[in-house]
Parts: sequence; structure tokens; C-alpha cells
Amino acid sequence: MSAAIVSVEQLSKSYLVGRCGARESYTALRDVIVREARGLARKTADFVRGHQIVQGDEIEEFWALRDVSFEVERGEVLGIIGRNGAGKSTLLKILGRITEPTGGRAVLRGRVASMLEVGTGFHPELTGRENIFLNGAILGMSRAEIRSRFDDIVAFAEVERFIDTPVKRYSSGMYVRLAFAVAAHLEPEVLAVDEVLAVGDAAFQKKCIGKMDDVARGGRTVLFVSHNMHVIEKLCHRVVHLEGGRMAGIYSNVREGITSYLRDAQADGAGTVWINPGDRCENAYFVPERLELASARLSARPAEPFSNEYPIVITLAGTVRQWDPALNVGVSVHSDDGQTLFYSFATDSDEESWPRLAPGPVRLRTEIPARWLNEGDYRVQVIADLRPRYWLLDPEIGGDASVGFAIRGGLSRSPVWNHKRQGILAPVLVWTNA
Amino acid sequence: MPCRAAIGPLSPGEAVKVSYNLVLEPGSSERAYWRDLWQYRELLQVLAWRDVSVRYKQTVIGVAWTLVRPLLTMVVFTIIFSRLAALPSDGMAPYALMVFAGVLPWTFFSAALSDASNSLLNNANLISKAYFPRLVIPLAAQLAALVDLAIGLVLLAGLMIWYGFLPGWQILLLPGFVAIAFVTSLGFGLWITALNVKYRDFRYAIPFILQLGLYISPVGFSSNIIPDQWRLLYCLNPMVGVIDGFRWSLLGAQSELYWPGLWLGVGVTGLWLWLGIRQFRTLEKSFADLI
Repeated sequence: MSAAIVSVEQLSKSYLVGRCGARESYTALRDVIVREARGLARKTADFVRGHQIVQGDEIEEFWALRDVSFEVERGEVLGIIGRNGAGKSTLLKILGRITEPTGGRAVLRGRVASMLEVGTGFHPELTGRENIFLNGAILGMSRAEIRSRFDDIVAFAEVERFIDTPVKRYSSGMYVRLAFAVAAHLEPEVLAVDEVLAVGDAAFQKKCIGKMDDVARGGRTVLFVSHNMHVIEKLCHRVVHLEGGRMAGIYSNVREGITSYLRDAQADGAGTVWINPGDRCENAYFVPERLELASARLSARPAEPFSNEYPIVITLAGTVRQWDPALNVGVSVHSDDGQTLFYSFATDSDEESWPRLAPGPVRLRTEIPARWLNEGDYRVQVIADLRPRYWLLDPEIGGDASVGFAIRGGLSRSPVWNHKRQGILAPVLVWTNA
Repeated sequence: MPCRAAIGPLSPGEAVKVSYNLVLEPGSSERAYWRDLWQYRELLQVLAWRDVSVRYKQTVIGVAWTLVRPLLTMVVFTIIFSRLAALPSDGMAPYALMVFAGVLPWTFFSAALSDASNSLLNNANLISKAYFPRLVIPLAAQLAALVDLAIGLVLLAGLMIWYGFLPGWQILLLPGFVAIAFVTSLGFGLWITALNVKYRDFRYAIPFILQLGLYISPVGFSSNIIPDQWRLLYCLNPMVGVIDGFRWSLLGAQSELYWPGLWLGVGVTGLWLWLGIRQFRTLEKSFADLI
């Protein structure tokens, strides 16, 4: 009998998406009526037949995952990497039985517990203790099981003092720690983890990695999705690289896989623009629609890495759904190994110079100064919060609204400094005789 | 890799249980559905308990709400239907008691129906992130509504003592009528909740249906006032049978229970339940994609 605990064979998942056909140069009411009527007729027909109703003129099939095959052995930590929209989360969703595949199949020979996002099923009004039982039950644990591991979970999450406090009063770190603790103590044969390690302080991250190592060493299997190449390299035995829903490769040599991913991540200009497909980053206050990076150099083609000689212009367009005095929008910048370099908010300067955030569409612009970051690969992500209450778009949870960029060359005008040095920053400081 | 051959062609439905073997492919969630539901019964309890405890946690007067609502309805209906419209009561029971025995199942029905209909949307984060039979969610919402019914029954007991009214042996059949009320709201609720996920405008229909239902069901009056030739037709509304049943079992045998009407109501309920489950299960697979 094969030892593979998870075998995935030609797994595919498609969604139907609507799209508006090319618009005429002017619209006549007659055309609009005809088009709307046709759309309504189609929707009614779909409704009667029990099909999915899709907005738009043309219906297109979108393959989130296409013909993906691989096998995972018992006790293995498999990393799943790829850009946003490569199908990583879809894959975990299918394996976690949240959604059904459209084609192909997956054979699971063990219980799979997925931790797709932090705090799945936490209820803010309930206490930590109550939420442990709730969350455990959602993940398929019996109450007896939870009770027997309760103390371990609490100790691991380091929330002993607050165990009878409603979790709405928890800090986001405590929240995540508790969520991870419950899932990690479930002791499933397969633990599927999606990007949780981006949260929490360094010490807790270390602890999580240790726990996942333990899980794997205990003969169980971990499927691990992350953008944090640092952790992937440390933890995984093999990696699967997904690109646009397809397998770009499976690598026993993790380094090789990471290199392949990084090459893919910077391959084309699309990397410097993010456009909201329409359903991401939903919240009641601020929804980003477009994030674009460009070099302040006019002639720069978007495809090339940015030169450090010019500032990098960040343009963020979005919609303020509801204004709140505490609403705060900005970006966070991360290095390619997942470290957070800094946050920057539109309200960082003195109050007179803040950009206006009125309900409706809004465009914001800022610059990363020239010759400030070192040569390297970075990621910019849209963040927003209701200061200081809670995050709307949390920088530490690998968000959708992000783009990667690379800085190459243009380090200084000095004839003797023309290659990359150590460090995250590479400022050109002015030296004089004192 | 030798593994590929070893997996072998597991034909559909032949997920052999060596130790644990689960084949995920299109349509696989259809099979083993009811077994899954049974395995997740603890989740059902936990979710129902969550709904109850959250409801009472943040309200100042908590349980009082569940008492005030039916009591006020009773007072208003008694004044309108008994004093103003001068309708007769059911047998010997005081009009207020009769109204209250009707208000209880109706309040349960309307609370259970509206809670169940919104339950999937309210738990969208669970559905898009964890697997369990989705039926658990509306079921839990309904169970939570049962708690309110229980509180209402205690209040009714108090009222009966106040009026010095003793129930007969028929009260033993009350659980049966509660079960019918439960199934009625479940069948209807499943149907609406599934459609609610797909077409969000269904939620606007629910308050309207409930408002209308309050008047076409014999809540404020006795169903005995319906002319005989229309009685059977009237009982197509399954809540008629339920409310009559509640009154009969709680307030004694002074009035005969109209059995053909009850059975008709049970039949309609069964049909709705079947329709509801069918609708729910067809749409269930796509919930995670739609929500």
C-alpha cells in the first residue's frame, strides 16, 4: 500500500465569471433595454434550471486550479508557493472539503484540519474558554478531546490570564495565538496552514514553527502555504510551485523551488500593479481598488526593476465606503523573506497636510525616497485601520492587495560604490570634514 | 513513483474504509452525507449553545425580552379580538390563555424561521473556512429558538396557575406538537435559507411572510370560527394544525381537536421538509463559492 497520505490527481476547479462585452461608443436607451432584457431572460432561465446566476454579458469559465497532481508522504512538510491568485488557497480549500473540485480528484488517507485563516469561527462575544470549545468543534474535535488538551492549548497560546475574557478584547496577537493553538493541538493526520505565521511576534512565530516541526516529526503531515520564503525554506521538505492555477513544478530541493517562485514573481510588469478583482479586501470603510508602483523616472518601462536613483511612486486608488474620524489608510513594506520593514500612513505627517478621505473614490500618492532601501526584492501592501481600534487590512496577514517590486542598480553616484552591500537600507549619507 | 499504481482506481462510492480514506471528486460530498451529519452532532450542540449564550449575554434585560414579547401580543390580541371583535374563545378557557397558547408556537415559528433563514449568511466566515455539513447551521439556529419556547411555556404555566386552569392528560402530547412546529419551520427555513445565500433579496420576503402569516394563522382567534366548508382548506397552512394542537393539549379537551386538519397540516409540513432539504442540498455544495 502506498504511503502517500494525500494524493492529488489532475485536480481542477473552475468558477464562472461574468464580463461586460465591449461597449459601443455611445449607448442608446434601446440598446440598453435590449441588453438588460436579454440578461434578465438568461438569468431567469438559469434560475429556473437551478444554475448559477452570473452578472455580465458574457460568461467565462475561470480555472482557479487546473490539472494539479502531487503526492504527500506521511510526516512530510509540503510548502505550497505561488503568487496571489495562483490557486494556493483554492487547493487548500478543496483539501479541507470547503469546496468541491470541478474535475480530477484527491484521495485523503487521514483527517485534514485546515487553518485557512486566523480565528475561524471565533465569536467576539464569547470568552477564550468558550471559543476554544467552539473552534474545536468546528474543526471536528469532540468535547472530550478538547477537554483533555485544554490546558495545553491555553498554555501554548499564552492567554491564561484572559481565558475568561471575551475575545473581542483580545489583541490581534492573542487572537491568532489562540487560533493556532487550537488547530495545532487537534492532532490531525494532516494540518493545512495558510499564512498564519505572518502574525504574532518573533517569539511566537518561532514557537509555531517549532510546533509544526513537532507535528511533522510525530509522523503527521503539514501542508503549508506562505509568502514568507524564509519560513518555507526553514520548514519545508518539498515545495509545490503554482502559477496561474497550474503546476509550475514540484521541487525536492526547496531552494530551487523558491528561486523558481521568485523568478515568476518578478517575471512581468503585472507585478507592479494590483487591481481588485471586485471581491477582495471587503470591509465597511475602505476598499482598495488599484495599487500601482512606478519609478519617478519618466522613461522607465514598468517591466524593469526600479533603479535606486529615482523615488518609487506608490499610487493607491480605492473607495471610502464610510468615513470615520479614526480611518487610517497606508501601505506596509516587506522584504522578500517576509520581514516587515515599515508601515506608512496617510496621516503620518502634521494634521494640516493630511490628504482628504471623503466618502467616494479617493486617490492617494506617496513616494519611497530614492537611495533609501537597498537593492533587493520587496512587497508593498495596502493597509488600513480604525486607529487604534482594529485593523481593517492587517499588514501582518498576507493581504491580497499587494504588489512586489525589485530595486536594481542606481545605488549611488560614487565611483566606488556600485554593488550591493549588506543590510536592508542603503542611504547615501553626506560626509564632510568636521 | 510506484504510488500511482497502488492507489488504484477507486470507483465512485467505493471509498473503502481501511482506516481512513476519503476521495474528493466532483459530487463526492453527496455520499455519506447523513453519516457526516451524525458525526458533527457535537458541533450542532455547540453552535446552538453559542447562539443562545450570545443572545443573552449582551442584553440588559436578557430573558425578559422573551417574556415581554408574547405577553404584550397576548394583551393586544385579547383586547382586539375578544373585547372589540367579540370573538368566542375555544371551549372553557379564558380568551387570554387561548391567545397565549397560540402566540407561543407562532413566536417560536417566526423566530426559528427568521433565525434559520439568516443563519448561513451570519456564519459566512465558518462556511468559507471550515468543512462540516451545512445543515448543522440552520438546525442549530432552530434549536436555539426552542430555548425561548421553553421559557414561554414556563410563563404559560404561571398564567394557568393565575387563572386556576388545570391541563388534562392531553398535555402529554405537547412534545409531539412542538416537534411538528419544529419540522414546519425547519422545512420552510431550509428552503429560504438556501435561496437566501444565492439570491440575497429573499431575506426581504421573510418579514413579510411572517407578518402575513400572523393573521392567516389562528393566533388571535380560535380556528373554530372558520366556517366548516373552508376548514380543511384553511388547514393547508400547517401552522393551523400546530396552533390547534397546542391549544388542545394545553387547555384541555373542552374543544375537540380537528384531526383531519392536523393530518393535512402534517402532510404539508412533510412535503415542505422534503422540498427544503432537496433545495438545501442542491445549493449546499456551492455555498462556500457564493458566500
